[in-house]
Amino acid sequence: MARVVVLGGGVAGHTAATFAADWLGKDHEVVVVTPNSKWNWIPSNIWVGVGQMSKEEVTFDLAPVYQKAGITYKQAKALSLNPEGNASGDKPFVTIEYTGQGKTGQSEEVTYDYLINATGPKLNFAATPGLGDANGLGEFTVSVCTADHADHAAHEFAKCIEKMKKGERQKFLIGTGHGMCTCQGAAFEYIFNIEHELRKAGVRDLADMQWISNESFLGDFGIGGLHMKRGGYAASSRLFAESLYSERGVKWLIGAHVNKVEKGKVSYELLDGSMGEEEFDFAMLIPPFAGVGLKAYDKAGEDITATVFAPNGFMKVDAKYDAGAYENWKASDWPRTYQNPTYKNLFAAGIAFAPPHPISKPMSSPNGTQIFPTPPRTGMPSGIIGKAVAHSVCDLIKKGPSAHLHEASMAEMGAACVASAGKGLFDGTAAALTVYPVVPDFEKYPGLGRDLDYTFGEIGLAGHWIKHILHHLFMYKAKLNPGWTLIPE
Amino acid sequence: MKEIEKYVKPYDASFTTMVPTNFVKFFRTCKIWQLFRFIMINIKMLIVVRKSH
Ligand SMILES: Cc1cc2nc3c(=O)[nH]c(=O)nc-3n(C[C@H](O)[C@H](O)[C@H](O)COP(=O)(O)OP(=O)(O)OC[C@H]3O[C@@H](n4cnc5c(N)ncnc54)[C@H](O)[C@@H]3O)c2cc1C
Repeated sequence: MARVVVLGGGVAGHTAATFAADWLGKDHEVVVVTPNSKWNWIPSNIWVGVGQMSKEEVTFDLAPVYQKAGITYKQAKALSLNPEGNASGDKPFVTIEYTGQGKTGQSEEVTYDYLINATGPKLNFAATPGLGDANGLGEFTVSVCTADHADHAAHEFAKCIEKMKKGERQKFLIGTGHGMCTCQGAAFEYIFNIEHELRKAGVRDLADMQWISNESFLGDFGIGGLHMKRGGYAASSRLFAESLYSERGVKWLIGAHVNKVEKGKVSYELLDGSMGEEEFDFAMLIPPFAGVGLKAYDKAGEDITATVFAPNGFMKVDAKYDAGAYENWKASDWPRTYQNPTYKNLFAAGIAFAPPHPISKPMSSPNGTQIFPTPPRTGMPSGIIGKAVAHSVCDLIKKGPSAHLHEASMAEMGAACVASAGKGLFDGTAAALTVYPVVPDFEKYPGLGRDLDYTFGEIGLAGHWIKHILHHLFMYKAKLNPGWTLIPE
Repeated sequence: MKEIEKYVKPYDASFTTMVPTNFVKFFRTCKIWQLFRFIMINIKMLIVVRKSH
């Protein structure tokens, strides 16, 4: 009987664990180690953050779902890996510390035959003074990265609306809180949902809307932008993004590294080296992401963290990490199997794998400050990678070590993404986008890097309906309701 | 065109991009047209999803 341990019960980990349990049946054991008691459909946190959904609508208890699936669930966080075992045995293990199940604070060593690291990002609020600290989000801004954060954001937003109803002007500052952030899409959704709700509340005229981000052009989104066919042209996402911001009265500041947050004020440096300040009454700034800080030790107890993990804390996989400058980047640099090159029974999925390099072109200010988006790994690629890795692990268990590994390169897969621009059954809108491939391949598609037949986007009510349906579909799927395996990632 | 009058100012960043006309904005929330787009977008997305798995 083999044991597969999955670290992280988010999009990638939950997908990997549930498919692995389904494919392996009762002959083998699947263990999930994750610190939360609830699963969260993170994309809908945007609607929680504007008070249009409750925290309960975007989360559910993991324990009964894992019990139904025959998965051993440990509500705990992983601390370190011993891929060679230790002095008392050769069996690899992961050291975990419980965060619930009546064992909070207790640690345990969980042995494994195969391990899938799907621990997602550490929300690194501490990277920007004032944005937060080692304990998380600070007191001056809000966040929508977790359901609890979004719930708090909704309360702060409601206070602003109250003030505006009394005639007070409010300034909303939304974007990225550091020069090396990803997830611009979430901030994009949030600023337009805020704007939509202000209209609905009849107070839009009392709001100043300001976007701030580390993108070198609006519409970069950490994927170097994209092009779509429109009116006989291949038009850049920059045009569409600038158009929407102009239409909705949102001013934009780009190429910005927020270097300090204070009460009601951020300080920033721009790509041209100039410094500035922006005041706010309400700010939602996405923090930079890092790996969750897992350590690794060899059999003798020596620290081998640098062998297993990249300096940013994400796990090394079969990517080309020495590609060098932007000009040398190739689609083939991107990993295909997500297997750790040193320990073949270690895999990573979702945000937890170390990308070979960014997708957007790296840029820095004359002062040497790096200001560019780091690569996003959105829901669809995270789910697809989680499933591919689970497939590989199941085949290794059932067919032996020579089994063919399943592949899911971000340079060969597309992503469908629906970015909400306001919630409402008949007055809501969302930008429905697909990009193919996620990572541009300039050898296969010279010039634009993507296949224009499969890269498209449009904004409208239909996008909102799709976003709403996807919310229910993915909650249904994650709860393993009948037919869940038929719903694509 | 009220939004354009309100938000677009000459020589602002918003002045050098395209802004939607009333025609485009009407169709964005026109239920019959959007029902048709809903079907089309779903088909397009399913093709990309199939290509990616
Ligand atoms: C506000 C917001 C909106 C978004 N909207 C969209 C969208 O519309 N479409 C889209 O495609 N993507 C969206 N994304 C991105 C999407 O949420 C991520 O791509 C996806 O969640 C990544 O999956 P993951 O499994 O890698 O990480 P996560 O889903 O974050 O899961 C990581 C899991 O690991 C757990 N964990 C953390 N530390 C440890 C540890 N030490 N040991 C064990 N477990 C640990 C965490 O608790 C969590 O359960 C959005 C993101 C945000 C923040």
